[in-house]
Amino acid sequence: MAFLEKPPFVLNNKGEIVVNLSTVERELLRQIFGDMRQLLLDDSDDGLKRLYPTAYHDDAERDAGYQALVHGELLEGRIAALEEVEGTLEESILTPEQLTLWMTSINGARLVLGTRLDVGEEDDLFDPDAPDAQPRIIYHHLGYLLEHVVSALTGTLPPATDSN
Amino acid sequence: MTAPLAEPIIIDETDTDIDVTPDTPWVVIVWNDPINLMSYVTFVLQKLFGFSNEKATKLMLDVHEKGKAVVSTGPREKAEVDVFRLHEHGLWATMQQD
Repeated sequence: MAFLEKPPFVLNNKGEIVVNLSTVERELLRQIFGDMRQLLLDDSDDGLKRLYPTAYHDDAERDAGYQALVHGELLEGRIAALEEVEGTLEESILTPEQLTLWMTSINGARLVLGTRLDVGEEDDLFDPDAPDAQPRIIYHHLGYLLEHVVSALTGTLPPATDSN
Repeated sequence: MTAPLAEPIIIDETDTDIDVTPDTPWVVIVWNDPINLMSYVTFVLQKLFGFSNEKATKLMLDVHEKGKAVVSTGPREKAEVDVFRLHEHGLWATMQQD
């Protein structure tokens, strides 16, 4: 049962992260990240819009300039992160830097999936017979993993430099 | 050696990129969205801006409850870099001159 399992990501006293994921979970992530990489390379799915937000609300011309400047860089950064993550999917120990790439990759997949599912502020009642039941389970599972990634990485943050 | 002749600099008077009021700082705003986790938003604000957990949590709660929060201010170039880093992390950030 889930509440008896070890947390999936635990910061140890050497500043590394111990990964407690089953083979099945790692395989699921491999599929999700592989799909994400393909989607990003195709660069046409509507769900991807969420990964390239508007920068200038009130100035369409400036925003077009910003988008032209950063789109390629955002895309390349996400692809490079996914490739790095796919290369470390079987590891039992990760550095904080490696887990940070897992974090942004998991969050990117959640953003695309959540946009496609049109997720709202309030959690809808889960219907196991709904046609989108499977992607909803995956969406919630990615959220569960992300909570634990954030919790493990919070312990690696340097002291605050701005606490006003 | 001789220095190459400098190209004449042509100033395009119609350039809309010149700030009308250059001294007015830009503000970077993070907006509420239904997907990003509250813990994740707090973490990203700590990581990118060096905020304490208390300050990042307060800003995250402003985003969640009031719909938005100003997370940084400064010249346009700095604001654009901050927006870009927030976009890299999947946060919904915009910038404007107040």
